[in-house]
Amino acid sequence: MFAWIPRGLALGLLAFVIFGPLTNLGLWAVAEKWYFPHTLPLQYGFTFWERVFAPRSNAMASLATSVTIALLTVAACLAVSVPAGYALARLRLPWRGAILLAFLLPQAFPSVAVYINVARIFYTLGLNGTVAGVVLVHTVHGLVFSVWITAAAFGAVDRSLEEAARDMGAGPLRTFFGITLPLAAPGVMASSIFVFLESLDEFTGTYFVGVPDISTLPLLMFNAGMGGNFQIAAITALILLVPSVGFMLVIERFLKADVLAKVGH
Amino acid sequence: MSAPLPTEAAGRPAALPRPRGGDGAPALPATRIVPDWLWGVLLVLPALAMVALFFLYPLGLSAVSAFQGRDGGWTLANVAKAFELYSLDMAFTLAIVLLSSALVAVLSVAIGGYLTLGGNRLAVTLLRWLYRWPLFIPFIVAAQMMRSFLAKNGLMNNLLIGGGVIEPLQAASLLDWRGVVVTFVWKQTPFVALMVAGAMASLDRSTIEAARDLGAGRLRILAEIVVPQVRPTLTVGLILSFVTMLSVMSVPMMINPNSPTMITVDMAYRINAHGDYGVANALGFVSYAMAGLVGWVYLRHGVRQGGAR
Repeated sequence: MFAWIPRGLALGLLAFVIFGPLTNLGLWAVAEKWYFPHTLPLQYGFTFWERVFAPRSNAMASLATSVTIALLTVAACLAVSVPAGYALARLRLPWRGAILLAFLLPQAFPSVAVYINVARIFYTLGLNGTVAGVVLVHTVHGLVFSVWITAAAFGAVDRSLEEAARDMGAGPLRTFFGITLPLAAPGVMASSIFVFLESLDEFTGTYFVGVPDISTLPLLMFNAGMGGNFQIAAITALILLVPSVGFMLVIERFLKADVLAKVGH
Repeated sequence: MSAPLPTEAAGRPAALPRPRGGDGAPALPATRIVPDWLWGVLLVLPALAMVALFFLYPLGLSAVSAFQGRDGGWTLANVAKAFELYSLDMAFTLAIVLLSSALVAVLSVAIGGYLTLGGNRLAVTLLRWLYRWPLFIPFIVAAQMMRSFLAKNGLMNNLLIGGGVIEPLQAASLLDWRGVVVTFVWKQTPFVALMVAGAMASLDRSTIEAARDLGAGRLRILAEIVVPQVRPTLTVGLILSFVTMLSVMSVPMMINPNSPTMITVDMAYRINAHGDYGVANALGFVSYAMAGLVGWVYLRHGVRQGGAR
């Protein structure tokens, strides 16, 4: 019984550290007036929610932009990483290890200066401040997850099933679309969700490439927070949190153990 | 695509994509003219091209721009100016990221250690459920949360005052380098702990059991048996965290925008206020050097360890 005192304290402290800031966010989202040194908000209400969710508000427009960009990013990522993942998993590639490592490069270098120069290049190409430019930046950022997880997903498909199909006369394309892709679909779905979330939450690249015309939800949140409007910032933060936490709660369904074990091979 | 199927091999002498010699050889289907490995390269090419065009090329441009003057000639003036204006911030950045990495290392080993060696099942389950939450909170949201949580009038101080732990006048704002460290540690510990816990879970339990049989306490087992075996995973996690912390702009911008601050904020300021790509890229070069230094230390240490075996 007494052994639970240090354990309980430690776990309680951890819970405070993790959920304290989250609770703070929740409280600011429903607070109308909150002044120091009151521990809790003085007045609760949803007027800020009305402001945020008004049909033609900035937040709705930013949310639409964010979701559009994220969906386009997923499409672009899938278009290049499904072939790449299949090649890495099934075909004999020269320098296979080096190619896998090449996709890790965007995570290996501090990226602020890279985004600054991408913005400079895009400015000369006329891609600055466009959805296409932001989608390109998000796609490259997400390629490491996309390619590595897709390669693992294809690697986890049982070869004998493919060979049975070829045995019965199916060509390589038919085998791919009929057997391999459906079996690898959960892993491919998982990588798509990762890419979607990364794109939704991406701030630094969008800050440089999207300015001035593109407003995504993270940029809106940043401006609201810097401007001192904690209620709007908290509400937009909650909107951003919903997909992430929802994904966390259902992640077990998609990422099967055999797919996870093959990541990086 | 792979080795020829058993049914086909019976009727074919060899597994060559093209038959040798002889006029009168049957026409080849198009797929056989392109060798197998070329298909692989063609399929990987679009993804590789994207990384090359939209990451490697700007990276190279950045490294080169750091040493180019406005007239286009080679110069060290940008680097000199960067050091003149921002050397305090560079030291500050390095200190923050190193401190955060050290804290992340200690906490993630502690969490991983308890998950592996912990006695009480309920506590272990609770910990496992609890520690992963910050993983799914994006950096920008974490920055905003911490900004309002750690402020002088933030919830942390309010709760401490409400609980009688401190007086209202003692409430301190953590919105400086401490807030940045807290946010980084908050975000990165679950990531490294996840990797470390996974590595610890796949260890051979016999080494742990043997130590326990000899009477070693759990802390000693952790320090002398478990951690040395998971050191590669821990190091990779820490290096990834190090680079991530050098790439984040939202956290220092929202929590600690005033000098001294991290060089990521200075880079953004340099571009937005002055359009000074030279100095901004020089600062970027410094951040590559920091990441490169850490990577080099790891490689040397890793190679030495590998060579000693």
